Amino acid sequence: MADGLTPSQTIGPFYWGTLVSSYRADLAPLGVAGERIELALTLRDAEGAIISDGLLEIWQANSHGRYNHPEDRRNLPLDAGFEGFGRASTDATGTARFATVRPGPVPWPHGGMQGGGLQAPHINVSVFARGVLNRLATRLYFDGDPALAGDPVLKLVDPARRGTLLAKRDAEGVWCLPIHIGGAHETVFFDG
Amino acid sequence: MAQDLYRRPAPGQHPPHRVDAYKSTPGRSPRKPAVALPQTLSEITGPRLLGERLVVHGRVLDEDGKPVPKALVEIWQCNAAGRYHHPGDQHDAPLDPNFYGGGRARADDEGAYQFVTIKPGAYPWKNHHNAWRPAHIHFSLFGPAFATRLITQMYFPNDPLLAFDPIYNSVPEGARSRLQASFDLEATRPEWALAYRFDIVLRGRNAIPMEDEHG
Ligand SMILES: [Fe+2]
Repeated sequence: MADGLTPSQTIGPFYWGTLVSSYRADLAPLGVAGERIELALTLRDAEGAIISDGLLEIWQANSHGRYNHPEDRRNLPLDAGFEGFGRASTDATGTARFATVRPGPVPWPHGGMQGGGLQAPHINVSVFARGVLNRLATRLYFDGDPALAGDPVLKLVDPARRGTLLAKRDAEGVWCLPIHIGGAHETVFFDG
Repeated sequence: MAQDLYRRPAPGQHPPHRVDAYKSTPGRSPRKPAVALPQTLSEITGPRLLGERLVVHGRVLDEDGKPVPKALVEIWQCNAAGRYHHPGDQHDAPLDPNFYGGGRARADDEGAYQFVTIKPGAYPWKNHHNAWRPAHIHFSLFGPAFATRLITQMYFPNDPLLAFDPIYNSVPEGARSRLQASFDLEATRPEWALAYRFDIVLRGRNAIPMEDEHG
């Protein structure tokens, strides 16, 4: 033991009550700066069927584009009460909901002297479920954001599949993102 | 009269029932003193968790063997009979009303964590004919970053069900045994609990920092 990474295993169906006890997570108490948004992430399997026992976690920068973490050493404001982490289970419709603020852009550190620039605002998403042996990591971007065109991460993705990362606003203003684990509309996952 | 098994609290340690500054208390506090009751079996017995008591402990490390200080460790498991305290678990085995099955702890500065629990049972899971999960404890870990997040399962050594479990055997053969805890005689508590050690290794950092940092 203890030489080599501990291998991953599925979360299984019985994490409720320990890891999470809610279908909706609120990351941003009153007073946190930024545009308040609601997210609805719906999880589906390779056949398009709802996954109602999944766990979704999100991690994001605040509205200024600052991560609440010691690795983010930029001189940008941190918001009291906003960590940027949220966790919710998928409900009977396969949907996990989050209330948060729209994140700001964060830097792209790669590419040497010609590199730099900013990544389009995005939210990092972890997907866990029965039958998923390894955590699946993806990103949520905001449809219609002019910054998408220059985003260096989206440029790494086959243009035909970029749409799987774009949340769209519904009639109530909720940002909706279907996450497909397999199937014709398979979501783009990252190994960062 | 036989002496009481449990000491009575000396005066002046607990608050009184009624503290007028806390306005809910006047209407919710007995006025008459409690009747002094010599302790009997009714007092000196109480609910206990069913099953084999275990200390499960270990360290959260990175791939260089460096501790991950203050790592959040979350666990969940079924009871000794193989039943989860979860509405979705329909296995015909008794629920233990005193065992919820979830725990959460923060590792110390050396990455060390410890839980006291009971040994989980095996349970059937309908994956195939006569499919039984080997006894296991689910673990969830946050290392220092989004990239180091890990959910896994800890197994017990010499469990005959390991050989037949597709989830355990999903791990490449050379790495599988890392999911087995080791029996830890040193950490057992004589007359009270057995102990297993489960060290967890999260992704380490590259020696070289990112090529350039902005801002
Ligand atoms: Fe399990």
